[in-house]
Amino acid sequence: MVKLTIDGTEIEVDTGSTVIQAAEQAGIEIPRFCYHERLSIAGNCRMCLVEMEKAPKLVASCAMPASEGMVIHTNSEKVKKAREGVMEFLLINHPLDCPVCDQGGECDLQDQSVAYGGGSKRTTEERRIVSEKFMGPLIKTTMTRCIHCTRCVRFADEIAGVPELGAIGRGEGMQITTYNEKEFKSEMSGNIVDLCPVGALTSRPYAFKARPWELTSTETIDIHDALGANIRADARGREVMRILPRLNDDINSEWIDDKSRHAVDGLTKNRLDRPYARIKGKLTEVTWQQAFDIIAAKIKKTDGSKIAALTGDLNDAESMYALKKLIASLGSDKIECRQDGSAVESSSRVSYLFNSAISGVDETDAVLLIGSDLRREAAVLNSRLRQNSVNRRMNIAYMGPKIDLTYRVTELGDDAHILQDILEGKHEFSKVLKKAEKPMLILGRSALSRSDGGAILKLAHDIADKYGFILEDWNGFNVLHTAAARVGGLDLDLTVSGGIESIFAGVKKGDIEIVFNMGADETDLSALSGAFVIYQGSHGDEGVRYADVILPGTAYTEKSGLYVNIEGRVQRAERSIFGPGDAREDWTILRALSDALGKTLEFDTLGELRAALYKEYPAFAALDELPSEKWCDFGVNAALLKEGFILPITDFYQTSPIARASSVMQECSGIMYDSPLKEEAAHG
Amino acid sequence: MTLNLVDAGAFEFSPENKKWAAEELKKYPDSYRQSCVMPYLHRAQEQNHGWVSIPIMEYIADLLDMAYIRVHEVASFYSMYNLKPVGKHVIEVCTTTPCWLRGSDDVAAACKKELGIGFGETTADGEFTLLEVECAGACVNAPVIAYKENYYEDLDEDTTTAFIKSIKAGKVVSCGPQNGRFKSCPKGRATTLKDFAPKELLKAQDSKGSDK
Repeated sequence: MVKLTIDGTEIEVDTGSTVIQAAEQAGIEIPRFCYHERLSIAGNCRMCLVEMEKAPKLVASCAMPASEGMVIHTNSEKVKKAREGVMEFLLINHPLDCPVCDQGGECDLQDQSVAYGGGSKRTTEERRIVSEKFMGPLIKTTMTRCIHCTRCVRFADEIAGVPELGAIGRGEGMQITTYNEKEFKSEMSGNIVDLCPVGALTSRPYAFKARPWELTSTETIDIHDALGANIRADARGREVMRILPRLNDDINSEWIDDKSRHAVDGLTKNRLDRPYARIKGKLTEVTWQQAFDIIAAKIKKTDGSKIAALTGDLNDAESMYALKKLIASLGSDKIECRQDGSAVESSSRVSYLFNSAISGVDETDAVLLIGSDLRREAAVLNSRLRQNSVNRRMNIAYMGPKIDLTYRVTELGDDAHILQDILEGKHEFSKVLKKAEKPMLILGRSALSRSDGGAILKLAHDIADKYGFILEDWNGFNVLHTAAARVGGLDLDLTVSGGIESIFAGVKKGDIEIVFNMGADETDLSALSGAFVIYQGSHGDEGVRYADVILPGTAYTEKSGLYVNIEGRVQRAERSIFGPGDAREDWTILRALSDALGKTLEFDTLGELRAALYKEYPAFAALDELPSEKWCDFGVNAALLKEGFILPITDFYQTSPIARASSVMQECSGIMYDSPLKEEAAHG
Repeated sequence: MTLNLVDAGAFEFSPENKKWAAEELKKYPDSYRQSCVMPYLHRAQEQNHGWVSIPIMEYIADLLDMAYIRVHEVASFYSMYNLKPVGKHVIEVCTTTPCWLRGSDDVAAACKKELGIGFGETTADGEFTLLEVECAGACVNAPVIAYKENYYEDLDEDTTTAFIKSIKAGKVVSCGPQNGRFKSCPKGRATTLKDFAPKELLKAQDSKGSDK
């Protein structure tokens, strides 16, 4: 710790802090453009100059380490003049196009120019003009506005791990560009728009759509992967205009991936906005009452045990709970949430959580990735692991087909039998695990959705046991889900033995006659064509193809709901807008349907529903808390398959009904994805 | 300076250059391989008729484990790397203050007139490229033209025209001062420090006889 004085306030800060950080701690604002707390220090904008006693000149506070006895002045006459000077220099070449600039109203340069600028300019020379650069379908560039802070370049290098941005030329001719003006091929590319302190990089899909002061912000939770990234939905009227990340150090720090950010236009396309029923083989618009009557007539004729239910990847816990209650009241317990046929079981929570927590990747010193394509399954987590791998040079081993995770991994090969070798200590990597203090393994979807998933689960469990993954304050056994609803579904015990395949088989055999499908769209549902299918969901996707009755539900921005992320952390998403047309919040549909069936559910409000949920499943009541689960035995002893892992996500941009409906995501998928993985998948 | 990247055919160091490249890399610690980027770019530019193409940058980036954009940043930062094809003869005219004070405007004008092109341009026949450069570091003999690793100094309009004509004729005038000066010694007879004056200078002056 060092003590220094800033503006007459004595403050104690950690050794190694910079003056700007110390000032922040003291609550003193120092203007800046290039400095960003999550990026390396560049020190090139000069906006953060402060006066340091005994120094001949002003110093850049972002790059000056705080040291004992320093005396800093941040608002002296000299500093004020310096800021005016820096502002004037920055504005010499900055166009005065704020009225047509999308950054207007939330622009650092605009704000700081008002707060610290001189108020007038003295130059009459021509301004520099820079041609626009192509950076991909998500980033609109107006490079004349660029002030060369290089935040975007540092982000690409350090956080995204895709070093494709750079500053070419020199002096006044310096330009920020991608290499050879190709698209910035990163799943995290949208973040450079947030980082840009001026309007040089703006969001292309959002271009000229809205002004910040017209928007109503709602703090909510993302559902495009299972991390539960904290987001803010900005809506105008009945449309969500954009999604921005919210700061949450435990989950997403301040980044989100491009799918979470830009799939938002999918919320307005391909929507189910009124009930439909298949009448004489054709889907026809009906009223809610007619839809309910058709369902009631069918259910009355059918034995309760012949009813089954599927839940999808984007459902909130409340609606899954309501559905479970509804089909239970009809006499069935067949409700399944594992669309991908994963071998995870709901019996012990520790067996399906990301137990080390997402922030655990900041502590671990050896990582074993088992068939998990982190970059596509959880891009934000991948970049966090990457930062750790680069900064701390820890050992990361990867098992599965060759992929580029943006950092160096030890390739162990594409064979589950290697796990056996590691367990028996015959493998090179077992030495690394033995030495590691806080080792971690991450089981991906491809490892668990194989037919020998249970055996892999068991092996992973035994490796965790043997190599000290389970300590008093550390559990390095991690399962990475890709569905936002999955952990919630498992917590609600929405599993049947044999998984989704047993439901398909039941339909084929005639044991199951009615399938209630609530938003399951990620798997081939043709096996359901023999059953009476009720589909409830927000988008016309795979699920509606075999539906006999369609009930229009709402998407994640249109309802308040609980989501449990991979860590087992319960978070509440909030409603930003109302659903389109006749679409209703999912639990209200189920409540109304139960009424029509004469089996009225015991809750009339969301509050009552939640109270019932908390009573039966107390884990849901612990909002925003990180659970810690007791280690236990799980998995099954069985023979391993000979084949390699098949990574589940071949196209990062097309993994949910919302993303598939989004034209922005479709464009991304076309432009950004010349991944060899995609070709491999196409060739089987 | 151009920021356009011009693509070209595949590139690889010649066998001699490969040998040289391996030796050059030994000068740097293994963790600082990328320090070798500038000598590599220079050598590659030499091999590639005076300019650096995209395949060259990518080839060097791969050799040194660098991101492509990092090599491009270096290549575009220094004006000594040409990012588009140049003519067989590259004429670099210094126009920085000392040269300018001594008449580089005349030199530049003579070049433009004789070659029929402006700065940064190449003649239609691909023979000449005319470039404006910053201080060549030979202010004592200003104004200066750099051509093929040699300096042509103390130029004026006529000597510049003669110099370019000599290139066209295939018999390049000898490098150094073009006004009869010996290196950077004073024009005319040495008046002071005679004891230190190089013998060649005194000899040259003696053979010409007295200036007065």
